[in-house]
Amino acid sequence: MSAIRTDGLTKDFSVGFWRKRTHRALDQLTLSVEPGEVFGFLGPNGAGKTTTLKLLMQLIFPTSGVAEILGRPAGSIDVRRRVGYLPETPYFYDNLTAEELLLYFAKLFGYAPADRRRRVDRLLDEVGIGPERRQMLRRFSKGMLQRVGVAQALVNDPEVVFLDEPMSGLDPIGRRQIRELILDLRRQGRTVFFSSHILADAESICSQAGVLVAGRLVSVGRVDEMLAFERGWELVVADLSEAAQQAIGGRARRITQIALGRHALEIAPTESDQFVRDCIESGAHIVALNPLHATLEEFFLRVVQDETGHEGAPSDDSRATEPPPAS
Amino acid sequence: MTASATGGLMASLRVVGHVAVHVFKESVRDRILYNLVIFAVVLIIASYLMGQMTAGQDVKIIKDLGLAATSLFGLFIAVFLGIGLVSKEVQRRSIYSLLAKPVTRLQFVLGKYAGLVLTLAVNLAVMIAAHYAVLGVMSWMESPEFRAGWEAPATDPAMLKAFFLIFVQLMLITAVALFFSTFTSAALSAALTIGLYVVGHFNADLRNFEAVVDSPAAAALARGFYYALPNLAPFDVKTAVVHAQPVPWGYMALTTAYGVAYVGALLLASIVIFSRRDFK
Repeated sequence: MSAIRTDGLTKDFSVGFWRKRTHRALDQLTLSVEPGEVFGFLGPNGAGKTTTLKLLMQLIFPTSGVAEILGRPAGSIDVRRRVGYLPETPYFYDNLTAEELLLYFAKLFGYAPADRRRRVDRLLDEVGIGPERRQMLRRFSKGMLQRVGVAQALVNDPEVVFLDEPMSGLDPIGRRQIRELILDLRRQGRTVFFSSHILADAESICSQAGVLVAGRLVSVGRVDEMLAFERGWELVVADLSEAAQQAIGGRARRITQIALGRHALEIAPTESDQFVRDCIESGAHIVALNPLHATLEEFFLRVVQDETGHEGAPSDDSRATEPPPAS
Repeated sequence: MTASATGGLMASLRVVGHVAVHVFKESVRDRILYNLVIFAVVLIIASYLMGQMTAGQDVKIIKDLGLAATSLFGLFIAVFLGIGLVSKEVQRRSIYSLLAKPVTRLQFVLGKYAGLVLTLAVNLAVMIAAHYAVLGVMSWMESPEFRAGWEAPATDPAMLKAFFLIFVQLMLITAVALFFSTFTSAALSAALTIGLYVVGHFNADLRNFEAVVDSPAAAALARGFYYALPNLAPFDVKTAVVHAQPVPWGYMALTTAYGVAYVGALLLASIVIFSRRDFK
């Protein structure tokens, strides 16, 4: 049984005031996510990612097609007991504290008071909300609300977690904490379905990914398979003479001086042997030969470009530099 | 009813109760509510000063102003908090997280409504207490001879009948606000609710519209509006209680039944609309 299954899921919205016309936000989405997978749902702005998540949460109703979670119709009460959901840029009640909000949500699942308190304290600790948990939510920054949003999505120890842009609005520390949290969920065997613009994060935590463009799923599969194609090699050499730089470097795709007396040459997949020989013959020393893999961002841009004829536009966040994941 | 069905109903009502308590907790911390209640209480207390400026009519003035202030500020509370029940939740998207929990849309609507009615009840209690306190002080300050000249005692319990009908009317207005907020924006909900409140107080005129127009079609339309729109005039018994006229229990029961039936119809319509709504 799939953790999440959609078959021909389609959503049309009516747009325009006087002259109503139909806009297809999601077109025949057929998808299956197995239990224990971390599925990254990627796509440019307006691709239909949030629409899909809302359909799975039954915040909107499909025009056609079906959506199932844990073998039951999406949106049924039984299913909602077993899933968690973080909406995009979540907003909560101004006049409640973070603690009260989580206790309220925990109460809706029918937990006993002591259990509620234990869950809430643990979750707020995990998302990095300290003493400010007793402050009204109207005083919270966007990043803090995002953390509370993640905590409330996990209040029932869900089997399947849906996260809509979970890294949005977070600083690097917050992003690392949330990434760790998702990796923890993966280790616990829970299914995570999340949409993201931040492809570096998606790459580090997804086992599977799907790319949605203009409402259509254009690519889906395992992330390691998506990134399997070799882009070439990076040859690092020391003591490369001026003459050799001219002769050998001219044949490389790119040559960069990376330190005093050291150069990195980016070379085509089939030319590594010849380059190594030529460098040694010129008197240079080989320091390293590293395979170059495509990043998820490169894969994403290629898929979007193939589909639309122009380059997709991941948010600036996707190019943000930050510490590598601790996993 | 089987044991499992009873258990299911109880669990369902528990969820409604949790939502209602949350609404109450949120609402009583709302600054708008504080301001309204404080202003209403100040106005009720100020009615004592206004009463002093009249000759022999002071107790009636205080009663009249107190009841009117309670009704007016109750209306503001019902409208401003009532529209926030759904439209603000949708606009601010706080509803997304809640409806992803094991809460049906029916439970959400009923819980929201019950929570606001609870908030209204508490606030009305505060205003009623202020009203009786002012009248109590006044009664205590006057001589027994002077008090003997009043049509009814200053702290006449019959005023509770007027307060009760104000409360039922506000329950109805809250249901109207909730109904509009299930499919329009907060601002439009407020405008429509206040508009309906005003129309509701002149609704009785529509009944005999044929007496002032020649067109049978216009008269029929007016008659249709009369039955469809809420008739709020019967909830206003302020003049009767202030002048110590009796308000029969039968009248109270019938008016309350009308209010409750109207609330039921509005809640049903709200649930039907809300259950099919897309949150874009």
